[in-house]
Amino acid sequence: MPSFFDPYDVGSSFFDLLRQNRPDLVPQVQLKLEGISRAESQELMDAPRATTILALKYRDGVVIAGDRQATEGFQISSRRIEKVFKADDHSAIAIAGVAGPCIEMAKLFEVELVHYEKLEGMSLSLEGKANKLSQMVKANLPLAIQGLVVIPIFVGYDVRRGEGKIFKYDLTGGRYEETEYYATGSGGKEARSAMKKLYRPYMAEDDAIGVALEGLIDAAEEDVGTGGPDFVRGIFPTVKLVVTAGLHDVAEARIREACQAIVNLRANIQREAGADGETQAKRIK
Amino acid sequence: MPLPYYVSPEQMMQDKAEYARKGIAKGKSIIVMEFAAGMLLVAENPSASLNKISEIYDRIAFAGAGKYSEFENLRKAGIRYADLKGYAYGREDVTAKSLANAYSQTIGNTFSEAMKPLEVEILVVEVAEEGLPNELYRLAFDGSIGDEKGFAAIGGQAEELRLYLKDKYEDGLDQTGALRLATRALEAATSAKVKPENLEVAILERGRTGRTFRRLSHEELQAILAGAD
Repeated sequence: MPSFFDPYDVGSSFFDLLRQNRPDLVPQVQLKLEGISRAESQELMDAPRATTILALKYRDGVVIAGDRQATEGFQISSRRIEKVFKADDHSAIAIAGVAGPCIEMAKLFEVELVHYEKLEGMSLSLEGKANKLSQMVKANLPLAIQGLVVIPIFVGYDVRRGEGKIFKYDLTGGRYEETEYYATGSGGKEARSAMKKLYRPYMAEDDAIGVALEGLIDAAEEDVGTGGPDFVRGIFPTVKLVVTAGLHDVAEARIREACQAIVNLRANIQREAGADGETQAKRIK
Repeated sequence: MPLPYYVSPEQMMQDKAEYARKGIAKGKSIIVMEFAAGMLLVAENPSASLNKISEIYDRIAFAGAGKYSEFENLRKAGIRYADLKGYAYGREDVTAKSLANAYSQTIGNTFSEAMKPLEVEILVVEVAEEGLPNELYRLAFDGSIGDEKGFAAIGGQAEELRLYLKDKYEDGLDQTGALRLATRALEAATSAKVKPENLEVAILERGRTGRTFRRLSHEELQAILAGAD
């Protein structure tokens, strides 16, 4: 007897397909049921970590950005790691946490969205994509408790409603929509503070990219885990834009220019402040 | 106890083949053709949502003729196979050849073991990188697999289409030329005018990176075919 609409059928989800057919490839395997010892936990703590990521809305859509550094304890494990990934034509995902599981989740999420689109002949709604990611983060909870934390920010352009959206997540898979801006990771707090002062609704594209970079540069100045723009090696933060036409990368030359402008401005302020101090000191003498 | 009737294996296979052929002959046809910048897939399909042509992977597409429910299942299985393989290894390790082999096994086993054979004919198409030959595999209802060059046709009028294209097809056609030739072939085989809204057309574009599959809208088709007369 054939079963109609079998609830155990994997349907159009690649994540479910993987879980059923290749459980060895699912990132969310629990390491040990009984938990892990202190030494083992320390071992996991030393795994490379990706740090600051942020997103903010602007006139045409959403900016999503991340620095390029991964740290391993007190060491820098990579200066050129990517934390912002294309999810599909109209959405992107940025990930903070332990680098290995983070990159794996981003890759799996991308396949998930394309897989659905191919099977169903149309892509998931933005709400559907955000919800699916929430389930994937939730499935990671056992690993997160053992120290392998993965915290994403998901942004997308809702073509049906004509607006950009930002979703943030917590460890348990909780999904919250953010209406203006958000940052997370080790330098997330500094980036949020910077954006809090600079953010204006309906900013132009250039201004929005500037605010995102200000946030990342502030985070890099205060947080040891976050890498700033590196003019010597030519490494700059990743910035992507999600607009009606789709997702596109901001060219490195443009990011370099914007970073240079911010750094120059800060240097000028310092110089002026220094000059002011000197004249004051002379007056006192 | 009544003895079951003895049917010779030859007779049984013949009956199954005839049954499958009849089923496929009722359906409409599909043409796949190589052109200068990629592969063109053209299906006669009055439905705008029940597709006969589909994307499988970055550079691989699928076309199915015959019974919809059956080739739809094969299409889904193909996408699952390709995505699993690409996730476990690398994106360039997913090839039309291995997919066509997997299809051949599945369809062949069903033909020899199941009561009812699959009433389908499918094409697995891969557009190659610059300078390499494209791949085009044709799979019949019994799992037999053929490697085609230049063009291939499946479905009800497959034979007529093949005869027509054999003389008219030439290498290095552009997209417009290939699409017009395919439409003329369909018109010749069915001896009726083919309307753009009854065509489902997609291309695999050689020059693109990542996903190369793209559907042509009815407006685009109209614009290309209107110039033909």
